[in-house]
Amino acid sequence: MSFISYFVNGLSLGSVYALIALGYTMVYGIAKMLNFAHGDIIMVGGFVIFTAMSTLSMPPIVAVLMAIVVCTVLGVVIEKVAYRPLRNASSISVLITAIGVSYLLQNLAQLIFGTGSRNFQSVVSVPAWRINDKLTISGETIVTIIVTTIIMIGLTLFINKTKTGRAMLAVSEDRGAAQLMGINVNRTISITFAIGSALAAVAGALLCSSYPQIGAYTGQMPGIKAFVAAVFGGIGSVPGAMIGGVALGVIENLSKAYISSQLADAIVFAVLIIILLIKPTGLLGRKMNEKV
Amino acid sequence: MALLEVNHVSIAFGGLKAVDDVSLSVEPEQIYGLIGPNGAGKTTVFNLLTGVYKPTEGEILLDGKNLVGCSPAVINQRGIARTFQNIRLFKNMTVLDNVKAGLHNQNPYGTFSGIFRMPSYFRQERRMNIRAMELLKVFDLDQEYDFKASNLPYGRQRKLEIVRALATNPKLLLLDEPAAGMNPNETAQLMQTIQLVREKFGIAILLIEHDMRLVSGICEEITVLNFGSELTHGKTAEVLRDPRVITAYLGE
Amino acid sequence: MKQKVKQLRLRKATKNKLIDSGLVAGFYLIVMLILTLMQAFGISGGYQLRGMLMPIGAYLIFALSLNLTVGVLGELSLGHAGFICIGAYTGGIFSILTESTIPIGWLRLLIALIVGGLSAALAGLLIGIPILRLRGDYLAIVTLAFGEIIRKVVQSFYIVQDVNGLHVSFTKPIDASTIDQATQKVILNGPMAMQVPQNATILLVAILAVLTVIVLHHVIDSRQGRAFMAVRDNLIAAESIGINVTKYKLIAFVISALFAGIGGVLFAHFNTVDPTKFDYNMSIMILVFVVLGGLGNLRGTIIATIFLYMLPEWFRPFSKYRMLFYAIVLIVMMILTNSDSPWVIKLKETVKGWFRRKGKTLAEDAHEEEAD
Repeated sequence: MSFISYFVNGLSLGSVYALIALGYTMVYGIAKMLNFAHGDIIMVGGFVIFTAMSTLSMPPIVAVLMAIVVCTVLGVVIEKVAYRPLRNASSISVLITAIGVSYLLQNLAQLIFGTGSRNFQSVVSVPAWRINDKLTISGETIVTIIVTTIIMIGLTLFINKTKTGRAMLAVSEDRGAAQLMGINVNRTISITFAIGSALAAVAGALLCSSYPQIGAYTGQMPGIKAFVAAVFGGIGSVPGAMIGGVALGVIENLSKAYISSQLADAIVFAVLIIILLIKPTGLLGRKMNEKV
Repeated sequence: MALLEVNHVSIAFGGLKAVDDVSLSVEPEQIYGLIGPNGAGKTTVFNLLTGVYKPTEGEILLDGKNLVGCSPAVINQRGIARTFQNIRLFKNMTVLDNVKAGLHNQNPYGTFSGIFRMPSYFRQERRMNIRAMELLKVFDLDQEYDFKASNLPYGRQRKLEIVRALATNPKLLLLDEPAAGMNPNETAQLMQTIQLVREKFGIAILLIEHDMRLVSGICEEITVLNFGSELTHGKTAEVLRDPRVITAYLGE
Repeated sequence: MKQKVKQLRLRKATKNKLIDSGLVAGFYLIVMLILTLMQAFGISGGYQLRGMLMPIGAYLIFALSLNLTVGVLGELSLGHAGFICIGAYTGGIFSILTESTIPIGWLRLLIALIVGGLSAALAGLLIGIPILRLRGDYLAIVTLAFGEIIRKVVQSFYIVQDVNGLHVSFTKPIDASTIDQATQKVILNGPMAMQVPQNATILLVAILAVLTVIVLHHVIDSRQGRAFMAVRDNLIAAESIGINVTKYKLIAFVISALFAGIGGVLFAHFNTVDPTKFDYNMSIMILVFVVLGGLGNLRGTIIATIFLYMLPEWFRPFSKYRMLFYAIVLIVMMILTNSDSPWVIKLKETVKGWFRRKGKTLAEDAHEEEAD
């Protein structure tokens, strides 16, 4: 395979990371918490599609829509039950709770679907694009890149142009002041979780189609890497998450191809550490100071 | 020579000059007041003095040595201790341990001495216990030494914060609104305590306060800040009669 | 008065130390007694219980050392397994290499413990220096990253020993057909399990667990320990009283890594080890022990570790739900101890009400808790 093919596959993987990273970054910006369970929402989305298509024989598009609905509801419920009681608690206790939720989802999935991984039937029916003898781009890759681009444009417009979007910006800037201005903070946070989880469902559909396997831990590594992407781009920043996600996908795929497939993950994490040490707030992040 | 010399200090956050060209000088064993309406930059001055913020311009001298660029920990070791407007105690530690944490640099011993319980551990711990109890007694907190700090009532938490600051053996003590949330009785008591601290420990005190009875009662000199810059300074009684000061507080 | 206070303080701290180390020692003594009696009376089934004793000791060391970082210092580390991994591998490789040169098993293991512990401590120092400046969430995620990096790097090493010495290769697997069994010995074969002499004993594990309890008590009840807790409770206030925050974070982190490493060496000497064992899930499991026992509370950690380790093993049908149970425990514990939601507070009051003796106020209860 040629460099271009690795690069394009990296773009595709990176777009998925970007979708997941958006969920992380929006939740972090608005609720000031690291939703560790976000990656596992992807897995839930994947399993919903899997069940809908294989057991209930639904058409792919319906299955994906169903996954979006389930994940959105799940995200909102998780926030209400597990995170909202801890709104004023220390960040460490919120993080531990989120780890608990992540563990809960993984183990529930394991109890329902078993420990092994299942074969996932791709939701994409676009044919591969044969450019020449050496270079073929799969339908999944094409769809992934197109879908994420559309979502990102839509999300940017939503945040900057709609009333709800601006409320989200206001809450992320200063929760107390936003509340005084009549913004319903709890509702805004719920909406953020809903959007993030819906994006995770889409990410799940795309990820499981490109790498046609699904298991209880499917979401864990992509979730952690997407978090790395969000930090890379500057957590809290929407464009940062997009750039970070894409960059990370490309770095991962190129290091798999040219350095070592075993070490690719280690390289991705090393990138995170280097970024944080050079610029602790990420590429586009802003500094947050504690008031003394 | 003055104990503390602040020369033309400024700090800007983005485009906003929170503190603009402020100078003041505090003599040894002096009680000095820093007053001004809300948002005048008083606490920011404290944060500059203690190294939480680094001034964009100007110099801060303690005993003639520049403190600009030093970390908060180093500045404390050089001799400035402080309390906070919103009390910052070590909530899950006992009253005694809060003070012993303040004695951290007064009776040092190494990690290994602690782990292997060398003689220096026992010697220094005993000194710390004795010193901490002495300090607590001055503030009438010695009976509650084994309470968790967060279980003390508000007024006593303020006192404990002062004890903790004193434990670091400072030359200059900064008090950020020590009378906030106190009733007139408690405030009167606090005034006595502050004067007692000055006499007993021989240190200078720089305080931010809104309670004018406290300010006029114990401060020898004051500086008035308004919108980040100095409005006036001088002997307390004179300054408080200044019509500009009254305008700044009450408006036109 | 002063003298009395001093003695009182010392007595209280010493008492806690004695209770906690006695708890661990007592656990081992009682279980060994039970096992001996079972054998004497010919009751079968002791095998399973005996098999748990060494892992429990290792996990006690892991959990206690993690509590120093998470509970006492207040920084969430998700990469504890990384330090355990370093200890297990450096200590394990040392034992394999010196199997013939140091024939006395216990001596070799003792040196391996020192080698593994120091290697992990060194790793803690090297990793800690750059990352401990980061705050809360970032630090947590970077420790997770380091844990994974350590594991991935370890599983990329291949070491073969022959008369010419050691041949180390990185990311290039060993071709089994080129290995001459007579002259060459495979020390480390990437992701494959490592064959370490299995000479750890229950006695040694128990002694090390008790020592860990004592040393950690000494650390916490010292000037350094107070500095850790001050940093945890209020970083800005800690700086304001002259505590060098970075330095003390680093000291806590290194001590924690040291013990994780020592536990790791032990682990490798009663268990076959391969890098997948030291993954993120191991770090989380240890974190569950610490959180359930109570952050900063060594006694809680000891009880939680023993209890949570044995419970699923005893109730076999339950073991399927073990992780699920851990997850729920984590969430419920965090919400109950940290939430300021009206319904959580009300729930706690109600539960307290059930246990409260007659004629007592909540405030009195609170004081009693303090006195405990």
